[in-house]
Amino acid sequence: MQIYLPIADLPVDIFLVLAMGLAVGFISGMFGIGGGFLMTPLLIFVGISPAVAVASVASHIAASSCSGVISYWRRRAVDLALGLMLLAGGILGTAVGVWLFTVLRGLGQLDLTIGISYVVLLSTVGGLMVSESVRAIMRQQQGKPVTPRRGGAHTWVHGLPLKMRFKRSKIYVSAIPVWLIGFIIGFVGAVMGIGGGFLLVPMLIYFLRVPTATVIGTSMVLTLVTMASATVMHAATNHLVDAVLALILMVGGVIGAQFGARAGQNMRGERLRLLLGLLVLAVGLRFAFQLIVQPGDLYSIRVLGAE
Amino acid sequence: MTRHLIIAAALLAASIAGTKPAAAERLVTSISRHQVLVNSSFTGTSIVLFGTVEPDTPTARRRASAYDLVVTVTGPKQTIVERRKERVLGIWTNVASRTFINVPSYLAVLSNQPFNQITNADTIRQLQIGFDSFILPQQLGSDIGDVGRDDPFRTNFIRLKTQHQLYVQKTNGVTLLTPTVFRAEIPLPAEAPIGNYDVDVKVFAESAMLTRANSAFEIVKVGFEQFVATAARDYGLLYGLTTAMMALMTGWFAAVVFRRD
Repeated sequence: MQIYLPIADLPVDIFLVLAMGLAVGFISGMFGIGGGFLMTPLLIFVGISPAVAVASVASHIAASSCSGVISYWRRRAVDLALGLMLLAGGILGTAVGVWLFTVLRGLGQLDLTIGISYVVLLSTVGGLMVSESVRAIMRQQQGKPVTPRRGGAHTWVHGLPLKMRFKRSKIYVSAIPVWLIGFIIGFVGAVMGIGGGFLLVPMLIYFLRVPTATVIGTSMVLTLVTMASATVMHAATNHLVDAVLALILMVGGVIGAQFGARAGQNMRGERLRLLLGLLVLAVGLRFAFQLIVQPGDLYSIRVLGAE
Repeated sequence: MTRHLIIAAALLAASIAGTKPAAAERLVTSISRHQVLVNSSFTGTSIVLFGTVEPDTPTARRRASAYDLVVTVTGPKQTIVERRKERVLGIWTNVASRTFINVPSYLAVLSNQPFNQITNADTIRQLQIGFDSFILPQQLGSDIGDVGRDDPFRTNFIRLKTQHQLYVQKTNGVTLLTPTVFRAEIPLPAEAPIGNYDVDVKVFAESAMLTRANSAFEIVKVGFEQFVATAARDYGLLYGLTTAMMALMTGWFAAVVFRRD
């Protein structure tokens, strides 16, 4: 069944978009991520312009992380204090990201920027995740005990001033790296149309030593607020949010996420991280391939404005 | 100098053709719809143009040679940038670009036979019949003009527009039902932009244009589609807040429905 999208200005198959929402929602629920890095390329593939795709996916991620936050909140797995501190940086990062998005769109280099950012970010993060989880799995198979987190293990991050205590996560760190991480996630999210969950979770674990119990719930709080504000900012500045497209994606996404979450609970942590790492890496390589291999069509046209 | 001569000669030829008493024809056209409504189930449509060529005065004799017809439909004007990718440092990226200024977003050229069998090359160029002769103004340095039809940017522009079915050229697009009554179908894809479309019909006989007529239709968004589009454009902030609220409600709803504990 075809439905005409009022902002994207083209008809799409409603069941195809719903199925995409379900599939991405399943993956996002399974790994506790937003899934924007999968959804945005899928929408572009269906023929929706990159700008509309990025702007509309923001609201889809807001919906799926909202349902995630509620269920993690019930399990007391959300560190609200940490979430709010991350947010302070996140909102600023989103505003700068939306501004840069508008500038790049005017310069005609938005596609290239999105393409290169995807390659660099996804291949790096994916590669790191895969190597880390493979090592963890190998250690386990050799029968060596997994090194537990030592109370006194300090890195340079812990030497920074403005220290704060986050009770629920049981950590005592400086506010500066927290703000910085928030800013990066907000910025990347607005420019690339991704929630940044797959980036935020490893950052919180490796830099701030946030325990696994609260890391996903807390990262979802940040994703929820940055993506909801990205939706509002994209709508107010670029007028590119397609509410009809967003609604179809949301409905598929939240349903898929529930089933994904159940599938994810039956899997071991490092196996889950390996799978997610491979997925992230695959998407990154797919974008790299696109940049390196000669495109089928060297020419492209884009409407600048109507008379 | 030679160009002026050609234009002068063409004008002279046109005035002679115009004053020929036997060439008094009247063209009457009608289109099936003057308004195309875009709603949520819009997937493209087509408009049918009917017309008849009749002698202006009852005493005028019918021509021995057949009539030829060229229908040109132009959509709302747009400024479009075309970019070409090249390999830079191993990466395929947009390097060169060309801006097409106020060109038709939609262009259909329909006729009953190939243009060069309808009239001569000069007239084709002068009346801008077909893609090759239609003037597509481009920004060339500080000037605005149309380059030759073999320019790669121009040919690829037309190719891309044709792929999206926004530019259509059919030399069998007009059917003569009787020697004087014709019918043409104007295909409109779902991507055809909102706005006013001009329909220009030209009648030829013996290589000369006898008369032409203009008509128009418009494509408008209606109902929900129009409401959403207007809201997004005119009330961006409110629209964004509503969409964000919708996202939160959907998420909350899912969390409640699928609650297990």
